Amino acid sequence: MKNMKKMNKMTRDNLITYLMVFVLFLVMQILVSSGNVSSLLQGLLVPLCAYIILAVSLNLTVGILGELSLGHAGFMCVGAFTSAFFSKCMVNTIPIAGVRYFLALLIGAAAAGICGILVGIPVLRLKGDYLAIVTLAFGEIIKNIMNILFIGRDSAGFHFSTTDARALGLLEDGEIIINGPQGITGTPKDSTFAVGVILIFVTLFIVLNLIHSRSGRAIMSIRDNRIAAESVGINITKYKLMAFSVSAALAGVAGVIYAHNLANLMAQPKNFGYNMSIMILVFVVLGGIGNIRGSVIAAIILTLLPELLRGLNDYRMLIYAVVFIAMMLFNWSPKAIAWREKYAAKLKRGKKKEV
Amino acid sequence: MRFKKAVSAALAAAMSLTLLAGCGSGGQQNSQGSSSGGETFKIGGIGPVTGSAAVYGEAVKNGAELAVKEINEAGGINGVQIEFNYQDDENDAEKAVNAYNTLKDWGMQMLLGTVTSGPCVSVGEVAQADNIFMLTPSGTAVDCVKYDNAFRVCFSDPMQGLESAKYIGENNLATKVAAIYDSSDVYSTGIYNAFAEEAENQNFEIVAAEAFTGESKSDFSVQIQKAKDAGAELVFLPFYYSEASLVLKQAAGMNYSPIFFGCDGMDGILAVEGFDASLANDLIFLSPFTPTSEDEAIQKFVKDYESAYGGTPNQFAADAYDGIYAIKAALEKAEAASDMSPSDLCEAMKTAMTEVTIDGVTAKDLTWEASGEPSKAPMVVKIADGDYAVVE
Repeated sequence: MKNMKKMNKMTRDNLITYLMVFVLFLVMQILVSSGNVSSLLQGLLVPLCAYIILAVSLNLTVGILGELSLGHAGFMCVGAFTSAFFSKCMVNTIPIAGVRYFLALLIGAAAAGICGILVGIPVLRLKGDYLAIVTLAFGEIIKNIMNILFIGRDSAGFHFSTTDARALGLLEDGEIIINGPQGITGTPKDSTFAVGVILIFVTLFIVLNLIHSRSGRAIMSIRDNRIAAESVGINITKYKLMAFSVSAALAGVAGVIYAHNLANLMAQPKNFGYNMSIMILVFVVLGGIGNIRGSVIAAIILTLLPELLRGLNDYRMLIYAVVFIAMMLFNWSPKAIAWREKYAAKLKRGKKKEV
Repeated sequence: MRFKKAVSAALAAAMSLTLLAGCGSGGQQNSQGSSSGGETFKIGGIGPVTGSAAVYGEAVKNGAELAVKEINEAGGINGVQIEFNYQDDENDAEKAVNAYNTLKDWGMQMLLGTVTSGPCVSVGEVAQADNIFMLTPSGTAVDCVKYDNAFRVCFSDPMQGLESAKYIGENNLATKVAAIYDSSDVYSTGIYNAFAEEAENQNFEIVAAEAFTGESKSDFSVQIQKAKDAGAELVFLPFYYSEASLVLKQAAGMNYSPIFFGCDGMDGILAVEGFDASLANDLIFLSPFTPTSEDEAIQKFVKDYESAYGGTPNQFAADAYDGIYAIKAALEKAEAASDMSPSDLCEAMKTAMTEVTIDGVTAKDLTWEASGEPSKAPMVVKIADGDYAVVE
């Protein structure tokens, strides 16, 4: 404990974040192995990991880089589809699930990262809110491309089409891998909770270390004052691109987890559209912009909430929205903040008296 | 810093409480499920009750509840009452799996669902892993009944496309055909693909195949214009009636009046608000169910449904209604007891399902193959004078 206090504030803060995730993981793991967890919660564990990673990675763009991105679900979509495509093709070639999943992760992250760079190169050179507009368009474009893409495989190789499955002209031994709007069916179910948590740790490690590195300080200086940063010789575009592409690649990782948890992957407005991007942004805003630990907590609460409210039947989505607004007010309204500070001060004083 | 720490500690505590609360109640439900399993059959249902596909989920919910009420009033299945629990999936695969898990915690022994195709495939995967019997009222995609524990009440997509093409060809309705379909919808593309495939064997030609997506389904003038320019005498519309009513209206506005041909999703078009029913005259579509049929069972179903929920039942409600009765028949055939585990029930029902015959509202002498497909022939319905009429 003494060591804890000696450590600098930043390290301690990071450790608390890691510790929190680890404790949650342990608690859940013990509960699962002792059979005390409902099937509902067990089924939610893997998606939760994906949402946490999404929230943390978006926080890197929104909170640390200070740019608004409205297309995070698009990067997730890229990661999900490329990795599911890979896994589906390789399911017989690489029978070991661990190896296949690891490669799928790399491919998903790389594909999303490359998309991030491609989108970033022209846009991040500009001043102003252009990134928001372009990423918004990017998310919709990706979703629509996935909806018209048909890819099949037979003994003669791969076939592509953008009209319909029949235009592929598959031989008799062929199979359709991406079936347009019906997406990819039969992705191996490789995502597990343990792997998900490991990936959360990797994400946290990458993001937290990036923030506290030399590059991270450069990125934050761009956010705080672009002109000042430029005047001390910081390469604005380079650092912006760095933060944005890392953020995109991590979203790709979340996509990989998502795709390998469900039997069929369809690019619908619901899961990869504008709404999803906004949902991730809500995790970030509610958890505190620039606050990584807050993103983790907000992602957990907001994912669990609608499921835990299932008992309310028809009023479920209504109550969800009300709780949502209440949380937002509690976190961000000046009055609520003042009240919380007053209350916290009282607590502090009370403690001192006791001592 | 202190304050920040306090807040984060409080938040963390609150969060772990929520988690634990979730676990706690889940655990209790589990034990309840197994202990009270002996008194009732627990049937779960999954479908969208919120979101854009809510109409279909609601209809299934109502249809199923109506059947459950009737069966319970008549003394249940082998004297055992049924409990029905219907969960929302928002037409989303991920949410559907959550709903499935919720139902499992509740003690579900068999599943009537899910309503829409996409979620159905995902739920099918987990239901197969758990070996829980599932009967989808309206999941039309081929993959919905991929596993031997899954059956369906409705037609499959390819079957409808095939039958439509055959009907058009055999009755020489047209030589030039245009198709408009929703490329973002599994149901619509599934039918279209089978239709286009069969069209090659028939004596007509597809001169235009125009797609639209779920996000642009209010203006069809481009698609209609292309069909018109290609000289199509018949336009095939494999999608739901709400969009179809717009197509009919816009085609009339463009002075284009080919024969329109639809699938079972067209059922209900006359009930669209603000739609001029005369536009739908001579519209032909395949349907498993017509509310105006003079059949006694259908009349009773329609009357009961109208008095209980208001509004005419559509084919989704009818499919769900038949689904519950099919489950009842299979349970009786298998002489199942309500204290059997879901997995044992599934094994028993897999075989029983292929042996039962039910007289439902969507078909007479309805039987199932081991593949999960129902044996029913679609009726061809033609709209005449603002009313549905079955073409023999």
